[in-house]
Amino acid sequence: MLQLSILAPAVLNGLMTGAVYALIALGLTLIYGVLHIINFAHGALLMLSLFGVYFLNRLAGIDPYVALVIVVPAMFALGYALQRGIIARTSHGKDENVLLVTLGIALIIENLALFFWRSDTRTIDVPYAFDVVDVGFTFLSVPRLVAFGAAFVVAGLLWLLMSRTDLGRAIRAVAKERQGARVVGIDVEHIFAMSFGIGTACVAAAACLLLPTFYVTPQVGNAFVLIAFTVVVLGGMGSFTGALVGGLLIGLVESLGGLFLGETLGQIGIFLVFIAVLLFRPTGLFGDRT
Amino acid sequence: MLEARQVSKRFGGLLAVDGVNLDVAEGTIVSLIGPNGAGKTTLFTVLAGFQTPDEGTVRFAGRDITGLPAHAVCRLGMVRTFQVVQPFGRLSVRENIAVGAHLRHPSRAAALDRAEAVARRVGMAAMLDQPATSLTVAGRKRLELARALATEPRLLLLDEVMAGLNPAEIDEIVPVIRAIRDGGITILLIEHVMRAVMSLSDHTYVLNQGRIIADGPPRAVAADPAVVEAYLGHGAAARMQAAEAAHA
Amino acid sequence: MRAQRYLPIALVTGGLALLPLVVTSNFLLNFLILTLLFALLGQAWNILGGFAGQFSFGHAVFFGSGAYATATLQIHLGVNPWVAMVLALAVGGLVGAMIGALSFRFRLRGSYFALITLAFAEVFRIIAHTADFTGGGSGILIPLDLRPANLQFEDKAGFYYLVLALTAGSLVITRALQDSRLGAWMLAIRENEDSARALGIDSFRVKLVAITLSGAMAAAAGVFYAQYFLYLDPGIAYGVGYSVEALLVPIIGGMGTVFGPLIGSFVLHGVDEATRGLTGDAPGLNLALYGALLIVMLRFLPAGLMGLAAQVKGIGHQRRTRQAHRLKEAGDA
Repeated sequence: MLQLSILAPAVLNGLMTGAVYALIALGLTLIYGVLHIINFAHGALLMLSLFGVYFLNRLAGIDPYVALVIVVPAMFALGYALQRGIIARTSHGKDENVLLVTLGIALIIENLALFFWRSDTRTIDVPYAFDVVDVGFTFLSVPRLVAFGAAFVVAGLLWLLMSRTDLGRAIRAVAKERQGARVVGIDVEHIFAMSFGIGTACVAAAACLLLPTFYVTPQVGNAFVLIAFTVVVLGGMGSFTGALVGGLLIGLVESLGGLFLGETLGQIGIFLVFIAVLLFRPTGLFGDRT
Repeated sequence: MLEARQVSKRFGGLLAVDGVNLDVAEGTIVSLIGPNGAGKTTLFTVLAGFQTPDEGTVRFAGRDITGLPAHAVCRLGMVRTFQVVQPFGRLSVRENIAVGAHLRHPSRAAALDRAEAVARRVGMAAMLDQPATSLTVAGRKRLELARALATEPRLLLLDEVMAGLNPAEIDEIVPVIRAIRDGGITILLIEHVMRAVMSLSDHTYVLNQGRIIADGPPRAVAADPAVVEAYLGHGAAARMQAAEAAHA
Repeated sequence: MRAQRYLPIALVTGGLALLPLVVTSNFLLNFLILTLLFALLGQAWNILGGFAGQFSFGHAVFFGSGAYATATLQIHLGVNPWVAMVLALAVGGLVGAMIGALSFRFRLRGSYFALITLAFAEVFRIIAHTADFTGGGSGILIPLDLRPANLQFEDKAGFYYLVLALTAGSLVITRALQDSRLGAWMLAIRENEDSARALGIDSFRVKLVAITLSGAMAAAAGVFYAQYFLYLDPGIAYGVGYSVEALLVPIIGGMGTVFGPLIGSFVLHGVDEATRGLTGDAPGLNLALYGALLIVMLRFLPAGLMGLAAQVKGIGHQRRTRQAHRLKEAGDA
């Protein structure tokens, strides 16, 4: 039998990682919900954000949490521009094309990063990186707890934005019925780009929360992008609650899978969940769209 | 030829088709009418095997086909068209029709030959090499019909082939449909154009809120107060009768 | 009429077969070999994506399975490489059939299908990374034994003719598909699956055949890769790189055409080599360029270079008929 003293920290660590996954997945699910596209560039945009946080810290000494106010708006703008300038113009109204275009964007961003910054693994030094709190049976990393809490705060803000603001109402209208939204005078192209921008801002926020305890390389996005897809598919494409719960679940699966099966095989656990959900319940746990 | 018995189809809480009984005799043209949202197209999708009914059975040519997938139903000789036409956009008219012809003709050359013959039959011979996307609405409706015919069916289910056509185009397509029947193909059609329903059909079913509310010869059905109510709203039949009485 | 349809393939293959007589530089031969290899892989994707309309983002799963199958059969079971090649094709087809059976049975389409193929490629990569018989993360070496009986050749020309034969085979298969009922059914499913089903097409079976054929063809590319380089590791065989190559080549050349992948591969790798000359061997730049090419093609030439050629021909044709009309009118007057 497995000791509780091993299992409990694994569960808590899984949940903390899962919260960051949830944050990344929130952006992806928003983009999917509104534009009905799967954004393959999501991981590359996360990587770009991580580099942004990294350089702000290294070159200007800006704390990653302070960097939120710079990186989040910057990535929002980039996301807006990508959708408006490239994706919308290239899709010719076909979903397969959008899929391919975002793949193309991912290739460009990732490989330019590789060209300019090489594949070295980079980390930043912050004084609180190794701070822990004692919760009795184990120690928990403070920056990861912060990330855990912040993920919920961002999710809450997103929920407020969607339910309480005109922009949120317009986004929901476009997500539900884009023709109808156009008819009542909503600038659908603008809403598409806003959604893409907000989705990208989510990964920017995740990057700021991640970097104190994580690293960045040009390929780092790949590790997250499939996980984010899994979370979104598990939670139900387009569902916010689903992304949150799905993120936490996947964090758990990864952490416990790693514990029982070892690092590499633990990753398989995630993909098997992914494949199983796609096959047996493509609408996910919280999705109702067929 | 086609018998539906107590067919029901439910979507969530909504009973879209509710205990429908329907018969189509060989060699006839039968029409299915009813207000929008009555469940006509749903009934078609169930009959043609695109969806499995929750209850009831469908028999075609003496065989129970309930729950059989669409392609298998088509292979047995029952083919449907779509209300919203779905051409193979990037293929030419000839290639579009050949897809249907391939069901009975494995060879490419034979299927392309058949396509040409079918195109002539529905008056599309001049458009054979146009891409399907370049066709007008009327052209697309004809293409939908041609592709279905090319599968050499015994029963043809036509879902609003006249919707979106102008009166002249309707006058053109009515004899085409009659000629198809005269060629030995039984037809069940959903239609809103009452003029065409009256002139074409031997028997008419009226569907309202998922239920058959009347059936019989088209003239009789059109005069049925229940039918008039379904189309024009509660009390309409009484008002019309009153109006007629006042005139008399 | 029939034979005539295959004439262009015969001419192109014949022309390519003559090249080693004039090209003696190993660098150029290597370029040609890799270009044909990717044309073969792209053709595999084209059958599933270009004809049947199912976009796979994980074609490396078939490529890698073919490569690993031939390598492990030779090393662990001592199977002759020619026999191993045939078996590896079967393995590729089988992997295709398995993924197809699962995803098409559950009606996965579009984005969902792309995602699941991507996920399968990842699962296979991780398995190859962990398993013993694949050599794990350090990869697998096929012993050097340069004999044709061993599917290894002394000079590059030998490998060139092998990959040319495989590529020519893929062209013939694709042409035959184009002229067959199966091909017509695939196009119908690509254009509109519901309509296809209404017209009696068993779309599940047709898609299953498409992915099986595609899987076997991609496995052929993997087999050639293994024999040519004699080394594999999970990151190479199941990496994103080959999945991207597989789809990029037919998109550039023209999806759903016979020669699209071949043309696409020559253009892509021609551009690649040309720019490599300019930028040096900097890591990443060529893939960044691929990404840019992908976007540019989708934006301006969604039907690929073959589509462009057809357009130019069409305009020429229109101009000629217009001229003929004018001449006739002038004659009448």
